[in-house]
Amino acid sequence: MTTYPTTEMPSTDTAVRRTDRLAGPAPRPGIFDELSKREIRRAVLSGIAIPGYQVPFGSREMPVARGWGSGGLQVTLSLVGQDTRLKVIDQGEDAGVNASNLRRLVVGHVGCEEETDTREADVIQSRHRIPEQPLQDGQVLVLQVPGAEPLAGIVKNMDEQRRMHAEADYSKMWVRLYEDIVHNGLITNAAGYPVLVEGRYVMTPSPIPRWDVPKLNHSEGVTVLSAGREKRIFAVPPHTLVEPLTFEDRPFEVERTPGAACRLCGSDDTYIVQEPGPDGTFSTWVCSDTDFCRRRRAGDAPEVTALEAALAHTREESTI
Amino acid sequence: MSTPVPLAPPTWALKVEGLGRIYGDPSAASLAGTGPEHGTAVSPATGAVVAAWDVDFDVAPGEALGIIGESGSGKSTVMRCVAGDEIATAGTIALRGVDAGTTNIRDLDPSARRRLRLDQISAVYQDPAAGLNLDVSAGGNIADPLTAIGWRNYGRIRERAAQLLSRVEVPLDRMDDPVRSFSGGMRQRVQIAKALANDPPVLLLDEPTTGLDASVAAGVLDLLRGLLEETGVAAVVVSHDFGVIEMLTRRVLVMQHGRVVESGLTDQLLEDPQHPYSQQLVAAARG
Repeated sequence: MTTYPTTEMPSTDTAVRRTDRLAGPAPRPGIFDELSKREIRRAVLSGIAIPGYQVPFGSREMPVARGWGSGGLQVTLSLVGQDTRLKVIDQGEDAGVNASNLRRLVVGHVGCEEETDTREADVIQSRHRIPEQPLQDGQVLVLQVPGAEPLAGIVKNMDEQRRMHAEADYSKMWVRLYEDIVHNGLITNAAGYPVLVEGRYVMTPSPIPRWDVPKLNHSEGVTVLSAGREKRIFAVPPHTLVEPLTFEDRPFEVERTPGAACRLCGSDDTYIVQEPGPDGTFSTWVCSDTDFCRRRRAGDAPEVTALEAALAHTREESTI
Repeated sequence: MSTPVPLAPPTWALKVEGLGRIYGDPSAASLAGTGPEHGTAVSPATGAVVAAWDVDFDVAPGEALGIIGESGSGKSTVMRCVAGDEIATAGTIALRGVDAGTTNIRDLDPSARRRLRLDQISAVYQDPAAGLNLDVSAGGNIADPLTAIGWRNYGRIRERAAQLLSRVEVPLDRMDDPVRSFSGGMRQRVQIAKALANDPPVLLLDEPTTGLDASVAAGVLDLLRGLLEETGVAAVVVSHDFGVIEMLTRRVLVMQHGRVVESGLTDQLLEDPQHPYSQQLVAAARG
């Protein structure tokens, strides 16, 4: 006769202890509890498992208002530890007000290391730019996303948006692009250009400029996009095909102003923005990525920017 | 052991057998006391509405079948059940284009059913707003079904849209105008062009000219007759107007209170209607 090990009902004591374990380490004073971080890491993992799919998550109250980077902040807080080197940028700039405050908040809360050099950072939280320096294996880019739904301006009904994603029924998105060309001669989406991720989900990549869109394609690093207000997290894992939506006979183009170059480092192969002169007019250009610009001037930046590498990849893909 | 003989593909493009749509209790208890002989489609026992019951027909490629009846007779319900806008509660709907007619498309899941609307079944509705996005240009409306089946070349989409629009006689200089700015007749022509974009083998027309004034309706009817002849599409035309049915179809079903009361060749039925209700309809049409 076989005997089976018997299980005793846990005493009340054990049950309490188990619940304790479930809740993780004792809460530390601060802004974010461990269970919430765990839920967000789960959402990030789901997002990585299904590239481009918007994973709903319970967005927590943060010390910044929703719409001011609360989504990115929650992801960053759930990823960093004490030895993490954290870079935070706002439109490419480490010294932006939003970036400085978010960085100070995370560093003060977790005690991780501040970093401005893209190459040295483990986690880069960004508002609307991807650094010019190509991401490396092991790096995580966290993008703050104000509007997660690429179909939002096309159909209002959210059930219908979900159905369209579920069935990969994107004809209305294509009609929108078609209409854009008819009325404007080109596809006018400037930021948050719609992309198709790994041939399956249409995604809007935070409002990064078109310039940065090719950098998502076959990136070495992980990109996590998080919308705190809309309570969605989505991701692009490394080596994922990310194609900007466009017609075969209308190649995707990035912003470019012929003849314009950075006033400081002289680059014309980076994303440059106009700066106001003393007389209030916009006549000169500077790099949007301040870290890259500084290193270009110091002779410490690669010749080939992420853009060219990514574009080369896109061309290779499209010849298949 | 005999080798299985492969079945010859059916001669029909669309076949409907025993189609029923009941709003309310779908059991047999709802049937008693409904139909033309009782003068109602509402079940006295269960209160269910038997909008359509026991409807059979098939349509061959290049053929047009009419369904006629007054408002509430169930003709539009039949069309909507075939189109997939509504789910029939009983019966079989088969398309030659889907597994050579062996699959009851009523059993397909909603997403597979919607995919049929891309290139197997198209519908033209009485109200152009039901089939078109009025805020999008005529060309954009046609681009919708084309991109849905994978067209990704802007130039070729434009070419195909222009070809379809000239076929339905919409002036090409209006191709890039929003459909909202079009007249009723033109909107209906754009809707027809969109329905034909992917060359569907089955076309459903629900009151395609109702709501248009007489001369415009005549133009659209002329166009439809030409299209049905030259495309070889199998068409089902639903109308309350014998004029439309006479012009477009060879065979016709007469529906009343959710049942088919008479069916036959259109010209014969017009000459010699048997059922009292058909006689009434013909008399009304002949004025």
